[in-house]
Amino acid sequence: MMLDNLLDPVVLCFVVGVAAGLLKSDLQFPEQLYEGLSIYLLFSIGLKGGIELSRAAPGEVFVPVLATVALGVIIPLVAYFLLRRLGRFDRPNAAAIAAHYGSVSAVTYAVVISYLVRIGQSYESYVTVLLVVLEIPAIALGILIARLGSATGGVKWGALLHEVFLGKSVYLLVSGLLVGYFSGFDRSEAVAPLFFGLFKGALALFLLEMGIIASRRIEGLRYTGFFLVIFAVAMPLVSGAMGTVAGLLSGLSLGGTTVLATLAASASYIAAPAAMRIAVPKANPTFYLTAALGITFPFNILVGIPIYHAMARFAHSIGG
Amino acid sequence: MTLAHRKLVTIITESALESMLVKDLENFGVTGYTITNVRGEGARGKRKGDWDQNRTICLITICRSDLAHVILDHLAAVYFEDYAIVAYLSDVEVHRGNKF
Repeated sequence: MMLDNLLDPVVLCFVVGVAAGLLKSDLQFPEQLYEGLSIYLLFSIGLKGGIELSRAAPGEVFVPVLATVALGVIIPLVAYFLLRRLGRFDRPNAAAIAAHYGSVSAVTYAVVISYLVRIGQSYESYVTVLLVVLEIPAIALGILIARLGSATGGVKWGALLHEVFLGKSVYLLVSGLLVGYFSGFDRSEAVAPLFFGLFKGALALFLLEMGIIASRRIEGLRYTGFFLVIFAVAMPLVSGAMGTVAGLLSGLSLGGTTVLATLAASASYIAAPAAMRIAVPKANPTFYLTAALGITFPFNILVGIPIYHAMARFAHSIGG
Repeated sequence: MTLAHRKLVTIITESALESMLVKDLENFGVTGYTITNVRGEGARGKRKGDWDQNRTICLITICRSDLAHVILDHLAAVYFEDYAIVAYLSDVEVHRGNKF
């Protein structure tokens, strides 16, 4: 199962991207292509979720959403506690890293969905909603924890809420959801070839670029210390397990539980870093970017997703 | 034609600060500014500009000497400690001194 995942073209593209970075190839995506692909992917993810949501029974979303909000609060608190007590990080750095691990990576979500489709595992149609829901609470909580300890108060909450709720990743996901939900399945047929037919190819290309970017973060390992490396591998396993339990308790299917576990295990590297840089300037970006993007993201793509699938299967075999 | 002496303020910093800096400058009453995307390397490492958290901007504006010093002091107090930022003043001569 592990090897099968590694041979997926999307995952292999990530591997050759990492290799390009490590071998110091001069390959570099133009900024506009990176921007264009990320807009396309985020909007497609939202759109697909919205269309599927329009066919879901209203009400069945409620309990999983509550469970997801709970994860969004508990995961950063656990991460913060571990970073402070075991890692000896100061408050701003611990809070900023915790916010990254509580929030989500939409690309990791896209990869778990393509994994489930490939192995023929069905999942609840509304899981995109959980992706959006899990993106925000941890960022807000991280900022709050960091600010509680600093004498220099004066958070510009207006600007910050604007940044978090109207930042491009949340905005694209939510607007895709709305467009898909209101236009529905039949009317969306005309845009389907662009947004769904080409999706996996675009995802593969984007992961090639993410491989290059992630490999550049690896040089940050010289400054981060050994603890953060351990944390960046252990934390997704812990939060993946919490996501599995939350999925099982809220009645998600095996596929849905796998998605929620992967969402819980993933760490943000778009919304969270942008918010933290402004709101918690005392936190060193080398720490949170190296951990979230240099270690946890590759870990999840390469070996994490099959592990979370196995966790979900185990939980369903004993609990479901 | 006599040219007026003004200061050119140059700020090279993380793109994350762009909207905050622009707001600051407008509050100080500068009449205009120009921003370009740049890349380079400094005390806080290489900034290759290859993705969001790694982009660098160069913001320039021309103003009177006293205002330029106020801006520089403000930048030093608010941003110098926590962000990758370089800011400096230089002398320039301009037509239409009333414009700046």
